[in-house]
Amino acid sequence: MDAILLQILNGLDKGSAYALIALGLTLIFGTLGVVNFAHGALFMIGAFCAVTLQKIFNLSYEVIDETQTDFLGNPLKVKTPYVESWFGPELGATIIDWSVPLAILFAIPIMLMVGYVMERGLIKHFYKRPHADQILVTFGLAIVLQEIIKYFFGANPIQTPPPAALSGSVDLGVALGFDPNAIIYPIWRLVYFLFAVVIIGGVFSFLQFTTFGMVVRAGMADRETVGLLGINIDRRFTIMFGIAAAVAGLAGVMYGPLNPPNYHMGMDFLVLSFVVVVVGGMGSLPGAVLAGFLLGILESFASTTWATTTIPGINQIIIYLVAIIVLLTRPRGLMGRKGVMEE
Amino acid sequence: MSNKSVTRRGVLKSGAVTSAGLALPTIFTASSAAAYTNEPTGGTVTLGFNVPQTGPYAEEGNDELLAQQLAVEHLNGEGDGGCLNTFTSKALKGNGILGKKVEFVTGDTQTKSDAARASAKSMIEKDGAIMINGGSSSGVAVAVQGLCQEAGVIFMAGLTHANDTTGKDKKANGFRHFFNAYMSGAALAPVLAKEMGTDRRAYHLTADYNWGWTQEESIVASTEAMGWETVNTVKTPLASTDFSSYIAPILNSGADVLVLNHYGGNMVNSLTNAIQFGLLDKVVNGKDFKIVVPLYSELMAAGAGENIKGVLGSMNWNWQLQDEGTKAFVKSFGEKYGKPPSNSAQTCYAQVLLYADACERAGTFNPCGVVEALEGFEFDGLGNGPTLYRADDHQCFKDVLVVRGNMNPTNAYDTLEIVEITPRAQVEYAPDHPMFAGGELGKCNPGA
Amino acid sequence: MLGLNKKDTSLLIIVAILTLLAPFILNPFPTDSAMAQFNAGYPDLMQRFVIFGIFAIGFNILFGLTGYLSFGHAAFLGVGSYSAVWMFKLLSYNVIPAIALSVVVAGLFSVLIGYVSLRRSGIYFSILTLAFAQMSFALAYSVLSNPKFNLTNGETGLQVYADDPQILQGANAPDLPHLFGLPMRATYTMDVGAWSFDFNAGYYLCAVIMMVVFYLAIRIFRSPFGMMLRAVKSNQQRMNYTGLNSKPYTLAAFVISGMYAGLAGGLMAAMDPLAGAERMQWTASGEVVLMTILGGTGTLIGPVLGAGFIKYFENIFSKINDNVLHSWFAFLPDGLEDAVVFIIHPFIGKGWHLTLGILFMLVVIYLPGGLVEGGQRLLNWIRRKSVGGDDTREGKTEPAE
Repeated sequence: MDAILLQILNGLDKGSAYALIALGLTLIFGTLGVVNFAHGALFMIGAFCAVTLQKIFNLSYEVIDETQTDFLGNPLKVKTPYVESWFGPELGATIIDWSVPLAILFAIPIMLMVGYVMERGLIKHFYKRPHADQILVTFGLAIVLQEIIKYFFGANPIQTPPPAALSGSVDLGVALGFDPNAIIYPIWRLVYFLFAVVIIGGVFSFLQFTTFGMVVRAGMADRETVGLLGINIDRRFTIMFGIAAAVAGLAGVMYGPLNPPNYHMGMDFLVLSFVVVVVGGMGSLPGAVLAGFLLGILESFASTTWATTTIPGINQIIIYLVAIIVLLTRPRGLMGRKGVMEE
Repeated sequence: MSNKSVTRRGVLKSGAVTSAGLALPTIFTASSAAAYTNEPTGGTVTLGFNVPQTGPYAEEGNDELLAQQLAVEHLNGEGDGGCLNTFTSKALKGNGILGKKVEFVTGDTQTKSDAARASAKSMIEKDGAIMINGGSSSGVAVAVQGLCQEAGVIFMAGLTHANDTTGKDKKANGFRHFFNAYMSGAALAPVLAKEMGTDRRAYHLTADYNWGWTQEESIVASTEAMGWETVNTVKTPLASTDFSSYIAPILNSGADVLVLNHYGGNMVNSLTNAIQFGLLDKVVNGKDFKIVVPLYSELMAAGAGENIKGVLGSMNWNWQLQDEGTKAFVKSFGEKYGKPPSNSAQTCYAQVLLYADACERAGTFNPCGVVEALEGFEFDGLGNGPTLYRADDHQCFKDVLVVRGNMNPTNAYDTLEIVEITPRAQVEYAPDHPMFAGGELGKCNPGA
Repeated sequence: MLGLNKKDTSLLIIVAILTLLAPFILNPFPTDSAMAQFNAGYPDLMQRFVIFGIFAIGFNILFGLTGYLSFGHAAFLGVGSYSAVWMFKLLSYNVIPAIALSVVVAGLFSVLIGYVSLRRSGIYFSILTLAFAQMSFALAYSVLSNPKFNLTNGETGLQVYADDPQILQGANAPDLPHLFGLPMRATYTMDVGAWSFDFNAGYYLCAVIMMVVFYLAIRIFRSPFGMMLRAVKSNQQRMNYTGLNSKPYTLAAFVISGMYAGLAGGLMAAMDPLAGAERMQWTASGEVVLMTILGGTGTLIGPVLGAGFIKYFENIFSKINDNVLHSWFAFLPDGLEDAVVFIIHPFIGKGWHLTLGILFMLVVIYLPGGLVEGGQRLLNWIRRKSVGGDDTREGKTEPAE
């Protein structure tokens, strides 16, 4: 029982990342009809917003300390971050410690801007082009973005630890009446799940309860008619692209403490997020979220020892196996709309 | 553009005139003018450095490349000479190899067998490389080693830790300076027994491919031999980026040690996840929970950051060693690039010098002469103390390091501290050891 | 000629001349010159151009004609490679049975995957093929290479060992892939002045096969079957309303393109007897998609150009390092030389991905029809110029470069 609960938690956690990325991807599919292969790169850029902020906070001046030596035997240069000298050591250290949560504030404007520039500067010109061209151009863009990040930050993963108060783990099992140590779970993973719920809830209520959202939903259903009604749908779609980029970026910022960011993390998620979107069904936001969590949970269960001894290698292929089964039994995925990306 | 059309016509004209007289047929697989593949004829000799420059191991590859460039400088008599001053063989004079100036070409393995073979082939076929050096994965090492055997050039492997490279996939034209999974097990086991006791229960997470399996096999064998029990061995897909679902069940399994048979990004993430789950803070079976990472590298340690503190592992070499060879190399590398070299960089550096030295001693670039000169070669002064290149399987034998994540690092580079230098005798094994069985070294192939 | 119209005949002849003379065309620079870095006329790369050309031609039969975008075609290439190496291991190093089996096995495999995947269309089809290919890759990389049942040899790649049976391997036959005794690696190097040209047996085998399959592709494009496939692309629904079942046609196209991929895989193994699992990964499937789109979807020659373009950058640009740059710009004053090298540095060597990414974007933005459109525009421009009486010789030779 406790093992099952533990894997459900893991699944919700993996699913959070899948759902957030898939949500943004579906927004772009659904509203703009664009296959965005650069979406993984947006996720990656989000994570590197946190890395950048951490680097900014750690910008230091050097004082030569004659009493210590570096690896070549020269006097050691001791670094003190400017933040610490401006705000005092304690407050400075706290700011550095909280750099990941602070990076959310930093990332929102940056990601909105990246999304805006991307849509106005590039994607806009591809609305009427075949999907194949969209794939080529966004894939090219993804490579370029990824290589730029690699040029400045290197290929190695970079740790972005969570604040001390939110690192470590809690024993959830005791609260539920299990033995101690039965269900130990990292705090930041719980934070990530809650964060995902808040963002997903936010996006849905935005689309559901605002006039802006209503127009966008109408546009997703029938772009031409909305345009004919004299509504400037293009402007709104640009904003939606920005929001989708921001959702991917925030998912990346918060993901950093779980697994240290590296320049190819976007590509690692890219294929998976397409599978999630399609399993959920093209053009369906609830479908994307549902599929994200579903695949996350199934993936977690497939990696238990029980599953891998029953069917060797099941943990390697589970996502794809589920995708095949779902697509063969439900022609448009879990909740797909007719006629979206079917030709 | 206009130049080119002139050039083309020039080609055709001169071709028509000279093809009868000047065309020299050389068929690489049949006997011909050259005595061996890519025999250097001019005043220079070309070495091929094949390292990952893109993909997850790009930093590792970059470090190898820097070290190899340094080695070329030293061979050509530039810079401070580095290990040429400490190497016990004095055949190298700093005037290139056999009087020929050393040049090099570089290629990108992308850490894929296919791409690595393609770039090695291009260096051999197009640039006339006489040997291939470097790499950062066992799959690639075995693939390129096979290619070099067929093509008739020498291969020096770079970072490759799987037993198979000098086990069932060994080749006469290939040599490995790096240590292997068996040696990791043999070096780690006594230290583990000393630090953690002999009645531990281990849980293995293993990257699900060849290298992971051989390391798991080696560590299981050597830890069980000293009394540990293996609770479970779980294979994780290579493509995994998140290991939470593999880490979560460990605390309930009754295990009190976690062994991570992961490398690179896998290792960074699985270790980070294990720390997140608070494994190191727990007490199981009345003992403090411990984590072991059998294969460490400096770059991966840097990627894992704070998380490696106190975690034991093994290494081929470390810049903090105090022998003369190490000090000389660290000094020239550090002064040139402003950071200490990694152990894969040192491996590639040493291999270039050893290759050059073997050519000098053999008096030829002919791969068969080089193989003969390297087989059974004993030397010192390149780090790790007295070293042997064993003739039976072309594996290098030297001291192996057991290291631990430094609890109080003073700078970005001493994240690992040396716990023990395991003497060579303790990590030696018979050439027909079951973990290395199968496969034949074959005969050296000079190509032509 | 050969049942082709005049235009197609001339296209085939041009392709034939280009492939046969490739050793000259791809090595325009003298061996010792600084520009020799850009020479691509060495056996391995020439083979790769042609093999990936075959792969892309086949892919284009499916994608270019029917519009079905498969994201899992690398699986067929991988399966072809594995079958070929198994033939080397079991029978002999002769490439004929190996190539034949690779086509057959890839064909069977694609019937299976195609039959299932073609039940859906659009992006659902793409994801189904992707899922099948990724499963094949994951299994080949790990599960199918366990010591008890080693079908693929996993990470290292399947290769021939000395203790393999090779029951038909003659005593005197070369210990390398060969065609009735002619080793695929045999190369005749012709030195002409400062130039040197490699004529490689393996390359010419691939080149001949490519011409045959290129001819087949032309025939398919021009046949009623090809028309039917185009009808599927333009409006499948209408086609179904007329009472025609389009599925057998699309399945046939899928299987044909799968066999092309298998052939490419078999040839790869024949040129270099090692089959790595990465050949089946989604990145490899994505690569052939990119090749086709980059070259020009639905055109005959486009995919071949796209394949050459990508492989050229992968193999040539990744090998340019700072030393090479310094040698090129050595004529500049020191400070300027360093500045130029500094500017170019991010785009070469380990930065070759960046250059490729930028070029993808430039091509698709400015040449919506891919490289083929670029070629056409160039030709039109030249024609217009020559009509204006300004016949420049360098202009005319340009497209051949």
